[in-house]
Amino acid sequence: MNATSTRRRQQLTPGAWLGRAAAIVVAVFFVVFFAVPIVWLLLAAGKSPRGLITTGAFTPGTLGDLAANWSTLVHFQDGIIFRWLENSASYSLAALVITLVTTIPAGYALALGQFRGRRLLLTTTLVVMLIPNTALVLPIFLELSAVHLIGQPLAVILPFSFYPFGVYLTYIYFSTSVPRDLLDAARIDGCGEVAVFRRVAMPLARPVIALVGFFSFVANWNNFFLPFLTVPGPRSPIQVGLTELLSNVPAFNPTAAGVTTIELPTLALAALLAVTPVLLIFLFSQRFLVAGLTAGGTKE
Amino acid sequence: MSLTQGTPLVADPVTRGRRRAGRHDRAVTARWARISYVFVSGYVVLAVAFGVLPTLYALWMSVVDSSGSFVGVQNFVDVYGDFRFLPAVLHVGAFVVIWLVALMLLVTVLALVVHSIGRRWLSTSVRFVYYIPGALAGAASVVLWLFVLNPTVSPVSAVLHAFGFETFVQTVSPGNLPVIFAIIAFWTGAGGWIVVMYGALNSIPTEVLEAARLDGAGAVRTALHVQLPMMRKWISYMAIMSLAAGTQLFVEPRVLSQATQGVVPVDYSLNQLAYLFAFQQEDLNGSAAIAVILLVVSLALSVFFVIRGGLFERD
Repeated sequence: MNATSTRRRQQLTPGAWLGRAAAIVVAVFFVVFFAVPIVWLLLAAGKSPRGLITTGAFTPGTLGDLAANWSTLVHFQDGIIFRWLENSASYSLAALVITLVTTIPAGYALALGQFRGRRLLLTTTLVVMLIPNTALVLPIFLELSAVHLIGQPLAVILPFSFYPFGVYLTYIYFSTSVPRDLLDAARIDGCGEVAVFRRVAMPLARPVIALVGFFSFVANWNNFFLPFLTVPGPRSPIQVGLTELLSNVPAFNPTAAGVTTIELPTLALAALLAVTPVLLIFLFSQRFLVAGLTAGGTKE
Repeated sequence: MSLTQGTPLVADPVTRGRRRAGRHDRAVTARWARISYVFVSGYVVLAVAFGVLPTLYALWMSVVDSSGSFVGVQNFVDVYGDFRFLPAVLHVGAFVVIWLVALMLLVTVLALVVHSIGRRWLSTSVRFVYYIPGALAGAASVVLWLFVLNPTVSPVSAVLHAFGFETFVQTVSPGNLPVIFAIIAFWTGAGGWIVVMYGALNSIPTEVLEAARLDGAGAVRTALHVQLPMMRKWISYMAIMSLAAGTQLFVEPRVLSQATQGVVPVDYSLNQLAYLFAFQQEDLNGSAAIAVILLVVSLALSVFFVIRGGLFERD
């Protein structure tokens, strides 16, 4: 938008002004809608159980209360919260590595290769990509229990590593953004196919590697249903751990008879810890993400 | 149910016609074909192990009994006859309808509104605020909503009181649940779609919008006649993806049920029912039957879209 359109805006009719006002009201309402729960969560973690109810929702808590909540949380079942976080991190990272190692070459070959079965693989990828990942959880659970893998870290890592959406992204990237001639030039220079991939294609693919990594990590960190079934108990990731914590909150569960009861602000603190890694990634990759998200739309 | 995963950022998949292999020299092509199999092998193994095999295994489980003998559609008949099955279908249906309508209407309006913001930094920040709840998918977001829906601690307790809800259990009474799940799902998932729609709007050349304005079209007419047709493909994509994802409702009712000691029933959604079949009744075959029903719905939607939708032009 530029100066001319600004000038034109000043000659708006009353009706158009009303429309603009309505648009602003809608935009602001939804900013509040989307932001309020998150802002509240940040503040609630620093309150005492009493303060949470008696003070205003947006009054900040105190550092002392935050420390008290922290101490309850880390003493819950001998610091199992760290175990859960560690599980989440190791599952998501291990799956991330396997995802990248398998999807990037696959997307590359699908985009630039010529081989029998290519179209079949491409169509299957599209179809599976559009199936919500929860739809396969029970079948995967049944399969894993048939091979006695339930309870093993592999029972989460391997299913997490299957990421058709990543293959699709890589495929789109290589078929639209990497010039074939460049690869051909490398071949003429005597590079083998693996060398072409490693030395020419991979460096060019850095943006899409980052994008696939981001989406895979976030999806796996937030996944609940699969680990809930396949790695119950102490091997749970934090998302499943949160619900274990929830069952020790008297406010939501009056019969909770655990050794330690968890008060509401402690639960809020745990929820905050659970989302912090992804929230940080979101904040730091904002520019790159918005660019990635809109890349397709802006292409003509 | 994961609402953000897989939804955003499907880049505009203009799959162009492939160039002829004749450009390469034959030896290179043959070498390429061989090495291509190596490149796709890891992915193919995972796809077979965690896409194809589980599907086949669930199919097989759904037509045999616990001793492994073939029973035809008996498991499906049993599941259908279960007194909890139809209520679960209705619950999920009510939620999906409300959610889809809200999503299609509001995401379109919000994308148009955000797109009309002239100042770049403001538009970027608003989009980011809309998008950020996407970081909280999964159990964490439901736990957060336990607080928001609890009138004693909620940041919006005034709103809850205005609706006459004095306690958490009143707020999540069964009649309200479809709306509540729709709000939670909208809160986590809508932002990603708004960004995608915004991208689609950005692809409309400025001259076209300028021409519409010179012809005397106001913002509403421009939106209806110029911008909406450009977004239609994305809106139908969003609707189909969300329809498929919505039928999978699990973590939201599961956590709410846990937090209300069953006021929200443990068998509210189809996936919860499948879970109960597998873990409470040890009826893996019945559970497989439900899984197959859900899988067929998603698969049908997805295949329909891949074949019919112009979004994925296959080569």
